[in-house]
Amino acid sequence: MLKSTFLKAVAATALSFSTWASAQAVDLQFYFPVAVGGKAAETIQELTDAYVAQNPDVTIDAVYAGSYQDTVAKAITASRGGNPPQLSVILSVDMFTLIDEDLIIPFDDFLTTEEDKKWVDGFYPAFMENSQTGGKTYGIPFQRSTPVLYWNKEAFEAAGLDPDVAPATWAEMVEFGKKLTKKDASGNVTQWGVRIPSSGFPYWLFQGLAIENGATLANAEGNKTHFDDPKVVEALQYLVDLSTKDEVMAPGIIEWGATPKAFFEGQTAMMWTSTGNLTNVRDNAPFKFGVAMLPKKEQRGAPTGGGNFYLFKGASEEQSKAAVKFVQWITAPEQSAKWTIATGYVAPRAETWETETMKAYTADFAPALVARDQLEFAKAELSTYQNQRVTGIFNDALAAAITGKKDAATALKEAQKQADEILAEYR
Amino acid sequence: MRDFTFKRDWIYGWLLLLPALVFLFAFTHIPAVTTFLNSFFSTPRGRRPAKFIGVDNYERMLGDPVFWKVLWNNLWYALGTIPVSVGLAIVMALWVNEKLTGRSFVRMAYFTPTVLPLIAVANIWMFFYTPGFGLVDQITGALFGWPASNYLGNPDTALNAIIVVTIWKEAGFFMIFYLAALQAIPVTLKEAAQIEGAGRWTIFWRITFPLLMPTTLFVCVNAVINSFRLVDHIFILTDGGPDNASALLLFYIYEVAFRFWETAYGATLTVALLVLLSLLAIGQFFFFDRKVHYK
Repeated sequence: MLKSTFLKAVAATALSFSTWASAQAVDLQFYFPVAVGGKAAETIQELTDAYVAQNPDVTIDAVYAGSYQDTVAKAITASRGGNPPQLSVILSVDMFTLIDEDLIIPFDDFLTTEEDKKWVDGFYPAFMENSQTGGKTYGIPFQRSTPVLYWNKEAFEAAGLDPDVAPATWAEMVEFGKKLTKKDASGNVTQWGVRIPSSGFPYWLFQGLAIENGATLANAEGNKTHFDDPKVVEALQYLVDLSTKDEVMAPGIIEWGATPKAFFEGQTAMMWTSTGNLTNVRDNAPFKFGVAMLPKKEQRGAPTGGGNFYLFKGASEEQSKAAVKFVQWITAPEQSAKWTIATGYVAPRAETWETETMKAYTADFAPALVARDQLEFAKAELSTYQNQRVTGIFNDALAAAITGKKDAATALKEAQKQADEILAEYR
Repeated sequence: MRDFTFKRDWIYGWLLLLPALVFLFAFTHIPAVTTFLNSFFSTPRGRRPAKFIGVDNYERMLGDPVFWKVLWNNLWYALGTIPVSVGLAIVMALWVNEKLTGRSFVRMAYFTPTVLPLIAVANIWMFFYTPGFGLVDQITGALFGWPASNYLGNPDTALNAIIVVTIWKEAGFFMIFYLAALQAIPVTLKEAAQIEGAGRWTIFWRITFPLLMPTTLFVCVNAVINSFRLVDHIFILTDGGPDNASALLLFYIYEVAFRFWETAYGATLTVALLVLLSLLAIGQFFFFDRKVHYK
């Protein structure tokens, strides 16, 4: 009797001791989206598992949360329900929205040493534009991309163009496009010159044109847009003219998702799309292809895109510290290289490109370097307060102009007026 | 004593109702009331809590061109989908009710679109509609030499393209109800009419169709609700574009509430949708109910 009581007491002590020990381990919940094909989700899980294996004092619950849209919706809903994740990957452009909702905290509080500050400076400045505001760092670049031009070398050769030279200017793109646009006997187009998809989020690729023409779509404070800037109007006119006047691009809204397939099928000789498609094109294009920077008007230019790490409010001091440590680890060269090779996302730190793994990869596959080199000319992706709504208005204006329902100037002027009404309260 | 049993029965009755009541209140009534209340407040954001703003949200809704556009789109969507899918359902049901070889195969083929999830359906149709190498273009190109189309990317055709998908998806479902109703009609009626010398059309128009009226009412109520409720495929096919040409009311509500995070305005739009749907349902039951039953 006495013995069994004693045993029970021992067991109970042991049990409570073991739960006490595991309570000492910091628990983190981490939401991530997947926006490209390939092995993105598996790679994140692998990396997380590797980190937990090396650091027994941390447990990380990596939650696949759907698309970018789903992830931000889940994170906001969970926070409102009092159960926020400690860490999440969300679009870099949602920074102002998350600040406005009072859901995130800057990384600065946890990056106190000189070494930490140097670490922040190690990211490409183009990526940091969408990650910092008011002198604070709210986002750490992770799955970042930028649009590039892909071209079909065999189609170039067939049209009598040099297969190794991509158009470098707007005028050249039209000129090449005219040579590349092929029609059959009854006058139907069988191959278009170029394809700039405009479904879903037309603002992103259009922003490439705007930047090349020397325009900025929104200020760094995220409270003023410049949609009706004459340079933006000119850029939109160029885009509209591609299918109406120059007839080198299919008319109407062009589907984003079907664009790589149209390229593989020979429906178009050139396409603009994300570097996130690099691995896809490499695996599936049945012809030799090239990758180039977007053509220039006044300057080269492209927007950045993709997702950042954010720290959420409501975490304990230990949790936030552990989360920052994990972010530092996963963006470190070896892990970052693995991630870039698995997905095609642009490694956000120069030192990653210096690793042996990346050198071997780029030696074998030079197009991967184009995105990195283009970063020098890249600018922040359009991002404002109430971002989804403001970009939504802008998207509607672009769609109206592309489908010929409104002329470029009117559409953009109306969009600017609507955006002003929304953003006035943030100035 | 009598009092006591009365009370006990009363408690017993409520206890039996309780589980259903809890669910009904938790998931239907309380959210509806909260939505209604929220529509009179501003959207809370971060440090700024919601404040009472009266009917501002409703004024904004009446002045919102996108609201009127999606409402108009929804009207077209309802007019385009309901009569055609109901008519098609009757024709299909009549056909597969006859004795023909491979009847179960045809029935199954008609019913398949209903079994598929709407998202899967949308992905299949996405391929059909793809410009250039999609199924539609391959067929029209080979047969008539038509150029590549862009049904989903053109504001004039996007909504119609979505209507076609919805009809394809819904007709088979309604067919099942008609099929069940047809089998419940006694054969003797048809035989008696034939003896009197009635033709096939007369039999259908004077006997079958009136006897199907209760089913038609049920199907129509469902079709109307569906025309406001089914928006899943829009996310895949057009995302409401170009320039809201194919956005419907419920899609716009989702966009406002969960993309733009304007929950208060989303609540206002939801109230509008609820009012509209209840009016339609009440109207259908009250006005048609009298004409439905065969006398």
